[in-house]
Amino acid sequence: MKASNSLWKERLQGKLAPNLAEEVDAFEIEIELRHQGKLDEKVFAETRLRRGTYGQRYDNGQRHDGKQSKPLPFPEKFTKGPMTVWDAPGMQRIKIPYGGLNPEQLEVLAELAEEYSDGIAHVTTRQDVQLHFIHIEDTPALMRRLAAVGITTREACGNSVRNVTGCPFMGVCPDEPFDVTPYAHALTYFMLGHPDAQNFGRKFKPSFSGCHQHACGLSAMHDLGFTAVVRHVDGREERGFQVVVGGGLGAVPRQAKVLYEFLPPEEMLPVTQAIARIFGRHGEKKTRSRARLKFLIEKWGIEKFAEEVAAERAKLTEDPRWTDYLDDIDADAEQPLKSPGDFPETNGDPQFQHWCRTNLRPQKQDGYVTATVTLPLGDITPDQLRALADITRKYTRGTIRATVEQNFVIRWVSKSDIGSLYSDLKNASLAEPGASNIYDIVACPGTDTCKLGISSSRGLAAELRQRLVAKGVALDRAIQDLHIKISGCFNSCGQHHVADIGFYGSSRTMGGFKVPHFQVVLGGQWEENAGSYGLPIVAIPSKRIPDALDRITDLYLKERQSNERFPKFVDRIGKARIRELLDPLTENVPTNEADPDFYSDWSDPRQYSIGDIGKGECAGEVVSQYEFAMAATERLVFGAQIHLEQKNGDQAGLDARAAMLKAAKALVQLEYDDVTEDDPGEIIDEFRERFYDTEKIFDPFAGSKFADYLLAAYENKSRNYTLSAARTLIEEAQLFIEAVHACYNRIRSQGLEKQDA
Amino acid sequence: MTLQHVNVTFRLDGPLPIELEEFQKVFHRYVSEQSLDGLLIDVVDYRHVPHGPGVMLIGLEGDYSINEKGLRYNRKAPLPGGNADQFRQAFAAAATVALRLESEFTGLKFCRKMFDLTVNDRAIAPNTAETFATMKTDLEAFAKNELGASGVTLTHQSNPRQLFGVTLELAEACDLGRLTATV
Repeated sequence: MKASNSLWKERLQGKLAPNLAEEVDAFEIEIELRHQGKLDEKVFAETRLRRGTYGQRYDNGQRHDGKQSKPLPFPEKFTKGPMTVWDAPGMQRIKIPYGGLNPEQLEVLAELAEEYSDGIAHVTTRQDVQLHFIHIEDTPALMRRLAAVGITTREACGNSVRNVTGCPFMGVCPDEPFDVTPYAHALTYFMLGHPDAQNFGRKFKPSFSGCHQHACGLSAMHDLGFTAVVRHVDGREERGFQVVVGGGLGAVPRQAKVLYEFLPPEEMLPVTQAIARIFGRHGEKKTRSRARLKFLIEKWGIEKFAEEVAAERAKLTEDPRWTDYLDDIDADAEQPLKSPGDFPETNGDPQFQHWCRTNLRPQKQDGYVTATVTLPLGDITPDQLRALADITRKYTRGTIRATVEQNFVIRWVSKSDIGSLYSDLKNASLAEPGASNIYDIVACPGTDTCKLGISSSRGLAAELRQRLVAKGVALDRAIQDLHIKISGCFNSCGQHHVADIGFYGSSRTMGGFKVPHFQVVLGGQWEENAGSYGLPIVAIPSKRIPDALDRITDLYLKERQSNERFPKFVDRIGKARIRELLDPLTENVPTNEADPDFYSDWSDPRQYSIGDIGKGECAGEVVSQYEFAMAATERLVFGAQIHLEQKNGDQAGLDARAAMLKAAKALVQLEYDDVTEDDPGEIIDEFRERFYDTEKIFDPFAGSKFADYLLAAYENKSRNYTLSAARTLIEEAQLFIEAVHACYNRIRSQGLEKQDA
Repeated sequence: MTLQHVNVTFRLDGPLPIELEEFQKVFHRYVSEQSLDGLLIDVVDYRHVPHGPGVMLIGLEGDYSINEKGLRYNRKAPLPGGNADQFRQAFAAAATVALRLESEFTGLKFCRKMFDLTVNDRAIAPNTAETFATMKTDLEAFAKNELGASGVTLTHQSNPRQLFGVTLELAEACDLGRLTATV
């Protein structure tokens, strides 16, 4: 769409690294081939994904306006993937390895956001930068401009090794044994385009952490996580890594398991290569929802996986790149621009004091601090990016990194520059306090731009943020220190599982209308590299989430014991108590006529919808019966959680399974009212015949995945449940219940269509 | 030099009399009705970003955004014709929405004397004195012929890191209705 696309190709000729230039040239040819119909749309979709060129909401050419779904009449009817219109704007993900940037790169990102997107650059929870509303034909020029400053988008999406993330404080953190930056760098470029990493069934996410105790690297939730450790042998200190594998969030979260307690650096790359080969060879390919590494490890067990890795490693042909980079490993370590200094007087300005408390961290190098630049919802304007480039140049040798909390961290700031740095950041509207605390809410794109979004995660985040910022320093410190993370659906791109208070989007039908909801997720832990995952306790209408947050935080303030942290508090008082507090928020729902705002989502005044549903006359008894039954299923799942808390795995498993059966029965009853609760076999048979074999229950993206959970739970009905197995079944039950709600919504909307016709 | 991707900002005449949130509803209606030239796709809320684009109406050929400063039109799709055609289209698109919004919200008024024009493409229009010199005659002619101004002061916003930009200050207020009639 840009008139200058060919100009950039000419202008940057010979100025790009040959491999990056070839990569963009190849993509440009593929775009042309697809446009000519000479490349299959599925193949093209994967090839563009592997260049970070992603789909975006409404790119199927349909949009619901709150009353009905209407076509968006794009002039070009050609597609860039299945159900993806060529001209529909998309998202460009830009890989930023371990978040490391320099001022020149910030300036180019500013220009690209300005010229190709909607004027905003968005920092993601995996330290990428995303630009939205990009036209496919503009991507080669955009990629060339990135390549000119050493950035590639290769393998930013698709079934590939994704961005290698890392703690943004590595190299300067007082708690790390050594700087893992050069290792993360080496892994990034060793695996980029590696032949052994081109045959995955799904994505593969690596991460580096400098220490175990902080959450900055989040290694426990990655496919492959490296945490710096040292050991002492014969009086010598040796560097190495604890290596964990098979972690991940998503619909089915798993904590990573330890593969090696100590892996020497010279083995880091070959072991990664061996893991990639095993994942490529043995990882699931057909069933996408079971294709992440975590499922292979779950199937094999960590012991067998370790044996396979060792055997594969032994077979590899020696590659000099495995160790070449180790020869002078610390040669490129960052250096300061200014001399070390002392902390300045804070001149009584409460905002400055607040910022100093929340946004500055001492470095392990005396006289220096890191300064976190808090971005609201990860968003930054081109002017702010340029200002940040200037500020980074002025105070440091261009040392800045993006963070997994969607912020930037400026490193190597001399303590004596803190006052003037704050002043410069303030002039650019970049000096907001509250880094990594309750104001600093993390949210995925949700319904704003994501095709899978169910509820408006960014809308909710903006609303909560506005309310919390208004309360400001008046908030108790215990509350200020909490983490809130929001996802637009169960896929957890907003990392809701590892927040103190997490939310993920869901929908419910009330009185014949859909109402946006968020599940409240409690029990997660941000510290210790995402040390534990939370579980959903109740779905609350979106417009009542601020009230829910107030209730939870008020209870915490009132009943916490001395300095009790929030996860411990939740553990002590139990989820039943919190559920009891929140249950009233699910009741006394206003009618659509009385309060239409209740039936729209945050930052979106359209009447809420997922499909094409509208108000119909058939919302009678069947609806009431269904809703009643589904409320019971959610109670059962919650009961299962309580049993889990009480360490009663068997009862938790039984309740979770019962909830699934009840949900299946609720669905069957829509067609066959005589099904009995006493005969699970009949429920399953009827469910299979009416909803599974007909694929009515199948999720448009996940297929049979959620229904399979039910069938598997039924087939294993005689089993005993360990706590871990019960927890898994509870998660699966929750997802199956969501699938039943979605199926019901689809059936209703189809019924209404017929009625309208 | 033929320009493309011309942007124009109509400044607010006085403070914004309503919350930015109100524009969301209107923009969603525009999408639903497809009531502007070109394909309208979505509405985006950036009110949380300081000095950001505010509330945006995303289109295939062009975007509109409104914040505390004014209404901006960003032409994304290339257009045939010379510079006068590019200026005319951008001003007409912005004027159409400005007039509609003024009719929707009592007290909302856009300035008719001063406009900010940028070219959202550094390769086509680097922000240099040479670009300004090349454009000056075309802009003066546009101000006279299309905006009906007896005189115009052009100020080049010359920061080389920013997009090529010119502020047009007309000798007298122009008639926005006249602009929309020209498309």
